[in-house]
Amino acid sequence: MKLQRRALVQGLLTAAAVLAVPRWLFAARPDKAFEEKTADGVVSDLFNAPVTESDKVTLKIPDIAENGAVVPVTISTDLADVESISVIVENNPTPLAAMFELTPQSIPEVSIRIKMGESSVVRAVVKAGGQLYSASKEVKVTIGGCGG
Amino acid sequence: MGSPIKIKVKLKGDVAEVKALMPHPMESGVRVNADTGETVPKHYIKEVICKHNGNVVTTAFWGTAVSKDPYMAFKFKGAKAGDKLEISWLDNTGDTSVSEVDIS
Repeated sequence: MKLQRRALVQGLLTAAAVLAVPRWLFAARPDKAFEEKTADGVVSDLFNAPVTESDKVTLKIPDIAENGAVVPVTISTDLADVESISVIVENNPTPLAAMFELTPQSIPEVSIRIKMGESSVVRAVVKAGGQLYSASKEVKVTIGGCGG
Repeated sequence: MGSPIKIKVKLKGDVAEVKALMPHPMESGVRVNADTGETVPKHYIKEVICKHNGNVVTTAFWGTAVSKDPYMAFKFKGAKAGDKLEISWLDNTGDTSVSEVDIS
């Protein structure tokens, strides 16, 4: 029994040491969420918590994207203590396009260009102070961006 | 080794506004080569790490839906002229690229 406990304690210490390894080791990507086929699956995989629509999240994206291969997106927020910003394209084969992890040094505003296979609702999810907030917008795509 | 990353930093007070361009095919694994009729295999950047004077300020995780030759912009505070900004990426084939600029 005692030996088992020692093994457990050692195991926990090892786990703690692993967690303390610097982030530049490229290790924390939520791979499973990037394979999910539905937007709800992505959210439950990444956060497993309810998301509230919020006007404090600003999603800047064109109403009509003439070229689905290059759709510029900018997400910003007035919320404090922002931990992450994610971009989800509901109708893409794998909806999670990108997730940005921020730090206390960050100003919560990120821009990226994404591909959209067809017209879709695009959702921005912001995690701030442990809570989840989102903004959505319907984007009409004239030429899809998956077939090239 | 991947192509070098083009980084531009504009300093406004102590806020650094960063724009980065990363030449990369970003193949989604869905596109079909018109000449051969074969599907082009997935080849995309999975992670991007941005460091200010060696400290991580932003990490980006990407899927196949990020556009070819990815562009990203982000901002952080606590920067001053002479500081270093390093951006690196890792793609799904294990290829990487690292570039560094002096903030001015």
